[in-house]
Amino acid sequence: MRRELVARIVLGAMVAAMVLPLLAIIAYLVAKGAPLISLKFLTTNPTHGMREGGIWSALLGTIYLVVIALAVSAPIGVLCAVYLNEYAKDNWLTRMINLAVVNLAGVPSIVHALFGLGAFVLFAGIGRSILAASLTLAIMTLPVIIASTKEALAAVPMSFREACWNVGASRWQTIWSIVLPNSLSGILTGVILQVSRTAGETAPIMFTGAVFFKKIQSGTLFAYSLTDQCMALSMHLYTVTTQVTNAPEPLPYAIALVLLGAVLAVNAASIVVRSLLRSRKKW
Amino acid sequence: MVNNQPKISVENLRLSYGHREVLHGLSFSVAPKEILGVIGPAQSGKTSLLRCLNRTIDFVSNAFVSGSITIDGEDVLRTSDVHTLRRKVGMVSPLPVGLPLSIYDNVAFAPRCAGIKNKDELDARVERCLRQAALWDEVKDRLHTLGTKLSGGQQQRLTIARALSHDPEILCLDEFSIAIDPVTTMRIEDVLKELKSHMTILLVTNLVQQARRLADRTMFLWNGEIVELDRTEAIFSNQPRDKRTYDYIHGLFG
Repeated sequence: MRRELVARIVLGAMVAAMVLPLLAIIAYLVAKGAPLISLKFLTTNPTHGMREGGIWSALLGTIYLVVIALAVSAPIGVLCAVYLNEYAKDNWLTRMINLAVVNLAGVPSIVHALFGLGAFVLFAGIGRSILAASLTLAIMTLPVIIASTKEALAAVPMSFREACWNVGASRWQTIWSIVLPNSLSGILTGVILQVSRTAGETAPIMFTGAVFFKKIQSGTLFAYSLTDQCMALSMHLYTVTTQVTNAPEPLPYAIALVLLGAVLAVNAASIVVRSLLRSRKKW
Repeated sequence: MVNNQPKISVENLRLSYGHREVLHGLSFSVAPKEILGVIGPAQSGKTSLLRCLNRTIDFVSNAFVSGSITIDGEDVLRTSDVHTLRRKVGMVSPLPVGLPLSIYDNVAFAPRCAGIKNKDELDARVERCLRQAALWDEVKDRLHTLGTKLSGGQQQRLTIARALSHDPEILCLDEFSIAIDPVTTMRIEDVLKELKSHMTILLVTNLVQQARRLADRTMFLWNGEIVELDRTEAIFSNQPRDKRTYDYIHGLFG
């Protein structure tokens, strides 16, 4: 009984140690940054050397980067995982590829940034642009999406596949009608979690397409073109805190709050999607 | 029809997983509309044999098969169209597997994969297969509920209905009764007796009495070798040709 009590207290304390800092961070950001946030703050460009105005160009830039990066990496990653999990024979080449995927997921983002600079900006001649930055982010998220998708596919019981093969279904018919529908919630969760990672990374975009300041037309979603350089929230936060002298004190907190809020909103959406799909779980 | 030509003929079939050989040169044949019982202890190669027959052995990456299997004169191990082969050889696995689809879609799955889209034809086929598997009366009012929510015995009959849905000429049952109750087992055995009129059946079973009740001939497989293959009465007589057969049937093994 004593042990049970000790275990409860210790484990509970660990949970608190994880939850409390998160709550503290959010409370701190809200207290410091909330007064500045308004619709006008979100939808106007920064002015006066970024000391006044809003964050519109940075917000839109982040949206562009995230959407384009995932539009590239999600289909490639999911299909790659389908191949690795459903088609590839278990031989040394497959094991090498799996090892490469795991290692690629562990490469620091600044290294991805250098690769993006070399491969997309210079070698491919795209130049510093939204496209080059998005592709760099896509390369960074690809291995994680492959890993999470493979896990979701592997969670579909082997007996379902065997039952399909036994009645003469081809591999693709089996994947399309049984495996993918039943692993969709896991796949989507893995992809959506990468939204927050893509939105938060600064290093990969610093060399490849993000700039300190850029004025864009406000009020339209199509203010950037793919070959433009752009601002991004994570980069803007860095700039405002370290490069701009005499910036108003609440400004960085407001930027951080917007970034955090957007990420939390996307994650919440993923939880809703997952629970919707899970409630239709079929076995 | 040429009735003396065997439906299935197996010659010197060898199968190894990596360096471990599990079937050591099996040779036997099965006549059309015969029930062949296959008995033997665990690890004797019964399931592996069935997986060779419908080529699902292809999905085991380190499996190597040699020898020959012919069904209706067609070389199974070298055929290019495995999907047609698998439709010809129905397979029922030991544990019931309801696919995560509705009862209707479970049965219509194979015909759809084979390219049948006509709604009336699918309806008729689903009803016929569910009736053949003695499940129709229990599920006819809820065909669009999930197949995975049925009881174990019902799911096993659903599995049989699915195995029948692609009009197989041969039906392989792999220890179909290990997960279901005796009453359902007897019902399925009655189903098999009826199917025998137009199908060749391979009945792998761990219940020796089940082979005795149903099989025309019985094969005793042990450690990847055929110890004995004879008329069921001969196998179950007090004087089978091999002492191991007697010992196994009477539970004196090992």
